[in-house]
Amino acid sequence: MNVFVISVVGILITMALALTRAFLGPTVFDRVLAANMFGTKTVLLIAVAGFLTGRPEWLDLAILYALMNFTGMIALLRFSKFANLASDEQLK
Amino acid sequence: MKRGLLLFVLLFVVWLLLSGHYTSPLMTYGALSCAGIVLLVRHLGILDEEALPVHLSLRWLVYAPWLMKEIVLSNIAVAKVILTPGLPIHPRMIRLTASQSSDVSRVIYANSITLTPGTVTLDVRGSEFLVHSLTSDSAEGLLSGEMDRRVSRVEGAASANGYFV
Amino acid sequence: MEGLREIAVWICLIAGGAFSVIGGIGLVRMPDFYTRSHAASITDTLGAGLILLGLGLHSGLNLITVKLVFIFLFLYITSPTAAHALVKAAYSKGLDAPDIEEATGAARAIRNEALAVSRKGRGH
Repeated sequence: MNVFVISVVGILITMALALTRAFLGPTVFDRVLAANMFGTKTVLLIAVAGFLTGRPEWLDLAILYALMNFTGMIALLRFSKFANLASDEQLK
Repeated sequence: MKRGLLLFVLLFVVWLLLSGHYTSPLMTYGALSCAGIVLLVRHLGILDEEALPVHLSLRWLVYAPWLMKEIVLSNIAVAKVILTPGLPIHPRMIRLTASQSSDVSRVIYANSITLTPGTVTLDVRGSEFLVHSLTSDSAEGLLSGEMDRRVSRVEGAASANGYFV
Repeated sequence: MEGLREIAVWICLIAGGAFSVIGGIGLVRMPDFYTRSHAASITDTLGAGLILLGLGLHSGLNLITVKLVFIFLFLYITSPTAAHALVKAAYSKGLDAPDIEEATGAARAIRNEALAVSRKGRGH
């Protein structure tokens, strides 16, 4: 059996657990935490799946997804803090 | 100007490593986009020592392996706690005082604390850190101040006067 | 030698998968938000690190490894930043947290010493 399959299964279980937490909540922060973890696991899943299917070029997608995940997370938190995505100056 | 040139070289090296295409038309596009980014960064006015901390010395290379070791050890400790049936956690909130004098070093210290499982930095006010820890062990490890000393050593003599030149 | 590397790849990938599952279990088991954030940091650090190390060992030294290093560095810089932003937002929104302890004993001494050093640093 291919070792990448074991890794992929582990990542998928983790993603399922993160989704469980995202559905259970109870606060919005638990959901954001779970969503962030889900995003990080997606990066790893793309990377490992690339090796599994013999197409390591997928790593470019993984890098892009890592960037998007971080930016999306910070944007979401900014929104939850200021209810606005504009800069601090514009709020004054 | 010097910083702009350095940023351009760094970006272009990253571009070369990521693209893997070494034909002249593509490399021209790469160089053009790197130059565009440098101009954009200059226009935004964020091309300073915070964007490009060149002053951090190579002592960083001593700190990184130690941090890796700490991360592995605390990962194993927290994994054990999670797998123990009774979930023996003892959450604590502690205040720390960082002895670093520059913002960059404080960011390194705060991020190192957060990166180590079992401790997470909640708030930073000046040199006062507010830290949430999962177990008493992780809190005691932090209060022993070893990480603080090591980050200070990375900061080193370059900041003896409190400023980076 | 080739066999040894193969074994290292196996160990890294399986251990990485195991650590990320443990982090996931922690995320579901832990009682409140702040303790869950510690569980999430397990998957983000050692889980991701070991899987990427395993992939790097498998591919050898080429441009693919460089990309893996980029992903590794990026994750290790952004994941504490995101975690900090999240817990800070939760704390400032008043989510229940343990009481703040004041440093005592040896910790207080270290703290005072550190304060003195940082004041001296600023004084110059």
